[in-house]
Amino acid sequence: MSNAQNTTKKNSFLAGTANYVDERVGASGILKEFGRKIFPDHWSFMLGEVAMYSFFVLLLSGTFLTFFYDPSMAMVRYDGVYAPLKDALMSKAYETSLNITFEVRGGLLMRQVHHWSALLFVAAAGLHMLRVFFTGAFRKPRELNWVVGFVLFVLGMAAGFTGYSLPDDLLSGNGLRIIDGMIKGVPFIGTGISSLLFGGEFPGHVVIGRLYALHIMLIPALILVFLAIHLFMLIIHKHTHYSGPGKSDTNIVGYPLMPVYVAKAGGFFFIVFGVIMVISTFFTINPIWNYGGYDPSPVSAGTQPDWYIGWLDGALRLAPTGLEFMVGEYTVSMNILLPLVISLVFLALVAIYPFIENWVTGDKKEHHALDRPRNAPTRTAIGAAGVTFYAVLWAGASTDLIATHFKMSLNQVLLAMQISLILLPIAAFYVTKRVCLSLQRKDKEIAIHGRESGRIVRLPHGEYIEVHEPLDPHDLYKLVDYKDYKPTVARPNAQGKITVAARMRASLSKFYFQDRITPATKTEIAEAAHHAHEIEAQVQKAIESGK
Amino acid sequence: MTENSKEVELNKSGSTPEHEYDGGLRVANLDAVADPGLEPHRVRMTDKSVKHEKAAVRQVALLFTLSMLGSAFALWAYFTFPLSEDLSSVRLNTIYLGVGMTLGLLGIGIGAVHWAKTLMPDNEVSEERHLTRGTDEKRAAAIEILAAANQESGFTRRKLIRRTLYGSLALFPLPGIILFADLGPNPGDSLRHTFWKKGTRLAKDPTGIEIKASDVTVGSVFQVIPAGLNPENKEYLEEKAKAAVLLVRVDPSELNETEERKGWSYQGIVAYSKICTHVGCPVALYEQHTHHLLCPCHQSTFDLVNGCKVVFGPAARPLPQLPITVDSEGYLIAQSDFLEPVGPSFWDRSVKK
Repeated sequence: MSNAQNTTKKNSFLAGTANYVDERVGASGILKEFGRKIFPDHWSFMLGEVAMYSFFVLLLSGTFLTFFYDPSMAMVRYDGVYAPLKDALMSKAYETSLNITFEVRGGLLMRQVHHWSALLFVAAAGLHMLRVFFTGAFRKPRELNWVVGFVLFVLGMAAGFTGYSLPDDLLSGNGLRIIDGMIKGVPFIGTGISSLLFGGEFPGHVVIGRLYALHIMLIPALILVFLAIHLFMLIIHKHTHYSGPGKSDTNIVGYPLMPVYVAKAGGFFFIVFGVIMVISTFFTINPIWNYGGYDPSPVSAGTQPDWYIGWLDGALRLAPTGLEFMVGEYTVSMNILLPLVISLVFLALVAIYPFIENWVTGDKKEHHALDRPRNAPTRTAIGAAGVTFYAVLWAGASTDLIATHFKMSLNQVLLAMQISLILLPIAAFYVTKRVCLSLQRKDKEIAIHGRESGRIVRLPHGEYIEVHEPLDPHDLYKLVDYKDYKPTVARPNAQGKITVAARMRASLSKFYFQDRITPATKTEIAEAAHHAHEIEAQVQKAIESGK
Repeated sequence: MTENSKEVELNKSGSTPEHEYDGGLRVANLDAVADPGLEPHRVRMTDKSVKHEKAAVRQVALLFTLSMLGSAFALWAYFTFPLSEDLSSVRLNTIYLGVGMTLGLLGIGIGAVHWAKTLMPDNEVSEERHLTRGTDEKRAAAIEILAAANQESGFTRRKLIRRTLYGSLALFPLPGIILFADLGPNPGDSLRHTFWKKGTRLAKDPTGIEIKASDVTVGSVFQVIPAGLNPENKEYLEEKAKAAVLLVRVDPSELNETEERKGWSYQGIVAYSKICTHVGCPVALYEQHTHHLLCPCHQSTFDLVNGCKVVFGPAARPLPQLPITVDSEGYLIAQSDFLEPVGPSFWDRSVKK
C-alpha cells in the first residue's frame, strides 16, 4: 500500500520536473531529436573522446590552479618551506608555483593532473587525427571538420606552450628564450615582434602575464568554440562506421545515445579522469623545484621540451651549420627560417590533404563507411611517410640524449638524423604501400578461394592439395567491401586544350591507383567455388573407390 | 570526370537517392558481392542467465560503492596528511589524496561502462542516413529567402552602399590593431649595447665577487657578469641576458688569435659572450680537452681557441668576444663593450647605425 503510494509520488515528481523543464526550454523536442541518435562503436572512435575529456580535466584542474597562482614577474626573495631555495631571488610567478606545490594540500597533485592531462590532450588529439586520416574519415562531407580538428590540434600545442612557460622556472625560461631567438630571426619584423611580445627586451617584466592571459582566456575560449563547431558538424554528419556487412554509406549502425551511449561515454569520462589521476598521483612531471627560477645565465644539460613541441625543436637542431647568409648588410638567418618554413609547410599539407585527395579522385559522393587502411594503399603510405617525417624531427630533439645514452658521437647521431629525415619517409612510403598491397592480395586470395582448412588430400593421380573452405558470407563481405578507383588520363577540355592541371591530375591519379588491387567479384568467387566443388567430387570419388 | 559509369546506390528502403553525385574515378562494381546484412547478434551470458545478470548488477553496485569509499578516503586523507616543513609530507598528501580520488573516479567510470556492456541492450540498430545537402525544396526555399533579402535591401543593386560598406569593414579593425603597438617599445639600438663598458670589472655570477687575473688558473672556467650588475638594478635580468660571459684560461700557446684581436686576451685568459648566436640559450658547457664550448639546447659547438668559430650545430656565427685586460690592482676589466650585438641573429644586426 505505502509502496504503491511512493511510486505514484515519485512518478508525479519526475513527471512534474520533466513538464517544468519542457515548458521552459522545450526539452522534449531536443530529446526526441537526439535521445535515440545512433552512435557506432569501435575502440578507435574513443581517441577523440579521450582528447575532449582531457580538455575538460584541464579546465577543472586549471581553474583550481588560477586561484593560487600569480602571473607576476616582480622579483621576491623566497621564504617558503622548500629549504634548498631559501632566500633565492625569484619571480612571484615561480614563487606561487612553488607554494602551490609545497603549501597547498593537493596542490602538487592538481599541478600534475594539469600537466599530465595537457600531455594526454595533445597526444589523444594527434592519435585521433591519425585514425581519421588512415580510415579516410576526412572525405566528403567531412573535409571542413578535418580542418576544424586540425585547428584544435594547433590550438592544443599553443595552449601547451603558453602554459609550460607560466611557472617561470629555468627550463621554461630557456624555452621562451628559444622562442625569442626564433622570432628575432624573422626578416624585417623579427626584432619588433619580439619587443612587442616581451614588452621590450627579453625577458622583460610582462611576458608571463601576457602568456597567462592567452593561456587561461583566449586559447581555451578558442578551443571551446572550435570544439563546439567540431561536435556540431559531427551531429550534422552523424558518425562514420567501419565498412562491413550491413554497413554502407547510406546507413549508420550502432547503439542509441540513451541509455547505452550516455552510460558508456559518460563512464568513459570518469575512466579518463581516473587514469590521469592515478598517473599524477605516482609519477612526477615537471619538478620545477629542481630547476630554480629563471636566470638568463645558467642552463641544465639534456633539456627537453614537452613532447608535442619536440618536433619543432628537432627541426631547429637538424638545420646544418652555416645556413645564415648576408644580403647586402642584412642578415638572413636561414638556420632558423628553414626549420620554420618546413614545419609550416608540413602543417599546411596536413590541413589541406582532404582537398588534394578529393581533387585526384574527383569523387563527389558522400563517404560514411570507413576504409580499412590497407584498402587505400597510397593514402596509407603517404600517412606513414608523414608520421615518419614527424617522428624523425621529434627524435631530433633528443640527439644529445641519444648520443650520451647509447655512447655514440653526437655529430654522427645528428648526421644520421639529417639523412633519415629525407630517406626514412621515402622508405616508409614504399614499405607501407607494398605491405598494404600484399595484405589486399591476401584478402582477395582468401575471399576467392576460402580459408585453408588444414585438410591435406591426395588425389588419384598423386597430387596433394589442401582443401579450402568457403568463408561465412559476413567474413567474405568484410574482405570485398571497399571502393575501387582507377587512374585517369589527361583529357582535353572544352577548348580542346590539355591543361597543366589535367596533366597533373592524371599523373597523380596514376601515382595513387595504378597498382590497385580490385575487390574480388561474385564471378571470380563463383568460379573458384565451382572448381573447389570439382575437386571435392574427385576427393569423394577417391574415398569411395578406396573403400 | 564521368568516364566511369555512375553507380546508382539505393537506400536501404530501396528508394532512389535524393541527389546523384559524380563518383569521379570510382569504378562501379557491377559484379560486387552482395551485402549479407548485419552479422547475427550474439546473446550475452547476462541475457541468458539470471545468475549472471544478478552477478553483473552486484558488480556494478560494488564499483559504485568503491567509488564512494574512495571519495570518502580522499576527504579523510586531506585532513590526515597536512603539509609541513618536512617535504615527505607533500608525498604522503599527494599519494593518499590521489589514490582516493582515483578510486572515486574509476569506480564511477568502470561501473557505468560495465552496466552498459552487461545489462543494457546490446542490439545494434541500423538507421538510414540522409545526404548532408538540403532537399531540393529546402534549397529552393533558401535561395528564395536570399533573393528576397537582396531585393529588399538592394544589396546587389545599390553599388555605392555596398562598396562603401566593404571599405568601412576593411578599415574599422585597423585602429584595433594599432592599439597593440604599445605592447612594447621600438627596439632601437638596445640589442647593440650591453652593461659592459670600458673599465668594468669582471665579477663572478651570481656572487658578484670581482675576479683577479691571478685567480684564474689554466683550465678553469668562470661564469661572469659585469661588476655592479646586481638584482637591485631595474633591468637586472634583461642586462644579464645580454652581458653573461664565459671566462676561460688556456695555455697562451694554444690560442690562435687574429691580428686585430691580439690584445683582447690577457695571458691566455679569454672572455666570450655566453649567449648562443643560434637562438640565445646560454652556452654553458666547456670541454677542457678540446677547448670546445657546447650549447645544451641545440648542440651548437664553438672552438674557444679559434675565436669561438662554429664547429658543429645550427649556429652560424662565432660567439662575440669581450676584449679584456687588467687594471692597476690586478682585476680583470673590459676594454670596451662587445663590438657586435650578442645573442641570436636578427635582420639588421650588421647595419651600421
